[in-house]
Amino acid sequence: MSELIEAGVAQDVLARALAHGGEFAEVFTERNAGLTMAIDESRIEAVQSGAAEGAGVRVISDGTTYYSHVDGLDPADIERAAEEAAMAMRAGRTEPRPLRAVASTPLPIEMPPAAVPAERKAALLRELDERGRGAGPEITQFTASYAEVRRELSVANSDGLFSGDDRTRVRIGAQAVARRDAVVETGAETLGGHRGFELFGDDPGSIADDAARKALILLDAGPAPAGSMPVVVGGGFGGVLFHEMTGHGLEADHVQKGASVYASKLGEQVAQPLLTAYDDGRMPGEWGSDSIDDEGAPTQKTQVIEAGRLTSFLYDGVTARRDGMASTGNGRRESFRHLPVPRMTNTYIAPGEAEPEAMIAEVERGFYAVSFAGGQVDPATGDFVFGVSEGYLIEGGRVTQPCRGATLIGNCIEALAAIDALGNDFEMKTGICGKAGQRVPVGTGQGHVRIAAMTVGGTEL
Amino acid sequence: MAIWARGLVVIEVARQALEAAIGAGASDAEAYAAEDSGREVRVHGGEVESLTAATRRGIGVRAWIGQRVGYAYGTDLSGAGMSALAERAAEAARVADEDEFAGPPDDQGDRTAVELQLSDPAISQWSTGQLADLTLEIERSALAADARIAGVEQAVYADSAERVAIFSSAGVEGEYSSSSCYGYVQALAAGDEGRETGLGFGLGRGPAALDPVAIGREGAERAAEMIGAGKPQSQSCPVVLDPTVAASFIALVGRGLSAGAVQRGRSPFSELVGKEVASEAFSLYDDGLDPEGFASAPFDGEGVSRRRTPLIEGQALRTFLYDTYTARRAEADSTGNASRSGYRSQPSVSPSNLIVEGGSFGFAELLREAGEGVLITDVAGLHSGVNPVSGVFSVGASGRTIRDGELGEPLREFTIASDLVAMLRAVRAVGTDSRWVPFGGSVRTPSLLIGEMTIAGS
Repeated sequence: MSELIEAGVAQDVLARALAHGGEFAEVFTERNAGLTMAIDESRIEAVQSGAAEGAGVRVISDGTTYYSHVDGLDPADIERAAEEAAMAMRAGRTEPRPLRAVASTPLPIEMPPAAVPAERKAALLRELDERGRGAGPEITQFTASYAEVRRELSVANSDGLFSGDDRTRVRIGAQAVARRDAVVETGAETLGGHRGFELFGDDPGSIADDAARKALILLDAGPAPAGSMPVVVGGGFGGVLFHEMTGHGLEADHVQKGASVYASKLGEQVAQPLLTAYDDGRMPGEWGSDSIDDEGAPTQKTQVIEAGRLTSFLYDGVTARRDGMASTGNGRRESFRHLPVPRMTNTYIAPGEAEPEAMIAEVERGFYAVSFAGGQVDPATGDFVFGVSEGYLIEGGRVTQPCRGATLIGNCIEALAAIDALGNDFEMKTGICGKAGQRVPVGTGQGHVRIAAMTVGGTEL
Repeated sequence: MAIWARGLVVIEVARQALEAAIGAGASDAEAYAAEDSGREVRVHGGEVESLTAATRRGIGVRAWIGQRVGYAYGTDLSGAGMSALAERAAEAARVADEDEFAGPPDDQGDRTAVELQLSDPAISQWSTGQLADLTLEIERSALAADARIAGVEQAVYADSAERVAIFSSAGVEGEYSSSSCYGYVQALAAGDEGRETGLGFGLGRGPAALDPVAIGREGAERAAEMIGAGKPQSQSCPVVLDPTVAASFIALVGRGLSAGAVQRGRSPFSELVGKEVASEAFSLYDDGLDPEGFASAPFDGEGVSRRRTPLIEGQALRTFLYDTYTARRAEADSTGNASRSGYRSQPSVSPSNLIVEGGSFGFAELLREAGEGVLITDVAGLHSGVNPVSGVFSVGASGRTIRDGELGEPLREFTIASDLVAMLRAVRAVGTDSRWVPFGGSVRTPSLLIGEMTIAGS
């Protein structure tokens, strides 16, 4: 981290940032480097190598945040950014505390991807392509992508904190298109982690099989049902449902603005006693894990729901100060170009005790949502909508017909309270979460989850 | 800003990056340099929550080695930084497979023929204090517009002024400046059965073009009118899409009309050029030169002149949108639709400004024409609820009942389902209330009456 910004420069930048007053100042510096490539029509293409460095200076005064960021790490530019951030203030100087270096332990990376020859990454994509296309003649299109990024960052603030992190993430994705006459369907799968190339040591090609399988299954799909019914949600990426419908409402910025349906519910029963949930930024190697957050606070495992009772919100530094709490290590930002805001890391519902098969067997007529294409929630109203990428009818306690074009729609207060069974299985999946114009890597997870009643939006009335 | 202040100009940076790429072994290369400065004000509860000032600058280099192409970008504009970037671009090209259609655009001749005024020179004259006042006024007017408004989640102003240059070994050379800004508010209304939110927004080349009172009032009205919303009966009925909702669907149509998606079998419009894809009432074109359009520029992301391209006219699909690569592949001409979102993205084909031809129905007439149906004022889950290959969609929606040709009670928590082509064919009438909407692209559209759509509620 010292190579991003020297302690003396950081100290000087903080002094300039507080030259006209303010309770808090911070300088965030970052160097990132990444490589992405894709295979499409069995051809390696879109090979892109990116590198950027820059800094952001933040001053907080009387509840207002002043932020200025620049590309590049020239100390003169960073000092100018500090002056720009301080420009709007008119009070007397505040003295930052002397910086103390706080050691952080970056997550271990066994095989730094930058040291792996690009041809091996291309070979990985060719393997995915072969596997995906090999799934059958009805697979008419197959694409796969590879991405690696390394972010080195340092944070220095006027409380004297001087820390840093070194993060490497890799991710691959596969998308298959299956066609039978006029019917066209797609299937997708991803694999990623806060890991090096070692993540791909164990049959990464299976995501190509999964993507192709999903697309092929949908060729036989019928129209999705429409109406209210019990819904069983699959493990893994099914956790995006909890992420969207509850997780965002627990982020303290939404809460403090009264723009969360959970704002007044701390300590209250929001789910049935069988449900316990966490946000855990320390899960080893997980996609949403980091050693420290983007304000230098150590990440942690935060219990958000204990036996159905709402136990904690998710805080960054600003929202924690406002509530007289400690940061929960959820202050995250996409890059030096963004202000930190409270964000989830890896969010999951802890597994329950039910056998997934038994959860389905108890449903007379319902819907089985194995995986989602994504979802969206309005935290203020709690209204949410999810696109189902793989879904089936449940008839007489059995999974039957696959369905296309299904959507789950509801309100999170009602849907969370309606969860009446949790499976004893468990899986984590990777996602990219967007909020306030910033995209950050998040993990979502759960075992099978059953919701007693939910609206399925399809075309079959 | 600093680097240019030291005597470099953006076209010079592009020229140097190009030379470095040729030096690194590229047979052809193209450098794109951009600098921009921007400000953002966020307001909440009568106070400025945050004030951001930013400068960005960087270059992106596309390098061709024979028929292999690679891309690299960076922010280090020193001589050593540019050499390293050029090396990375050449390395990326060596990893890529050969593609017979790869190559830089041919010299397009005079790029200065079109005089576009894309910048408001006054944008930098507004002090941050004035911008804060404007944003606070958006919030105040939202709070004052309706007694049922309980608060404002956020009021935001943001702007950007950029300078862009492109320089290629194939003779492309050009630069331009543009500016843009927007303001929006997310208002909260409180009813007996919970909260509702409403979005109001406006955009322009500079802050003087924004009407803070109108933005605030729109957010407030959209939130307040949703109070007491219930679920509609599941049914199939006429649906009116307001301009914000219509724009979201038009952006999806535009994605399907991009030749990249078409050539790779990932568009519902693949086989439909010359065929009937819409009703008489509906016409669509792409216009990269509309002075009001945010995507307007004298040339596209690889230096080819922007232009106006009719897409759907007289019920038929006229053409797809092309960049140089997809045009070569289709033995067509580029339509100037290579887009980039800054120096960090390599050019790829996508719409510029999509414009739906305005119709003759005032909003009230459109409702009367619908008779019994639903007005859709918001959709959610577009990125997950639409199959981009088949065009089949099922997305979350909220809006109002249309009864007897008049607006009735508010509705929420339902889905609308159809497919993109079926929807365009079912357009029965087009409104006169065209506006620019920046969601998922730059789109200008009025309200659209769709003859029939499936609604799934209770």
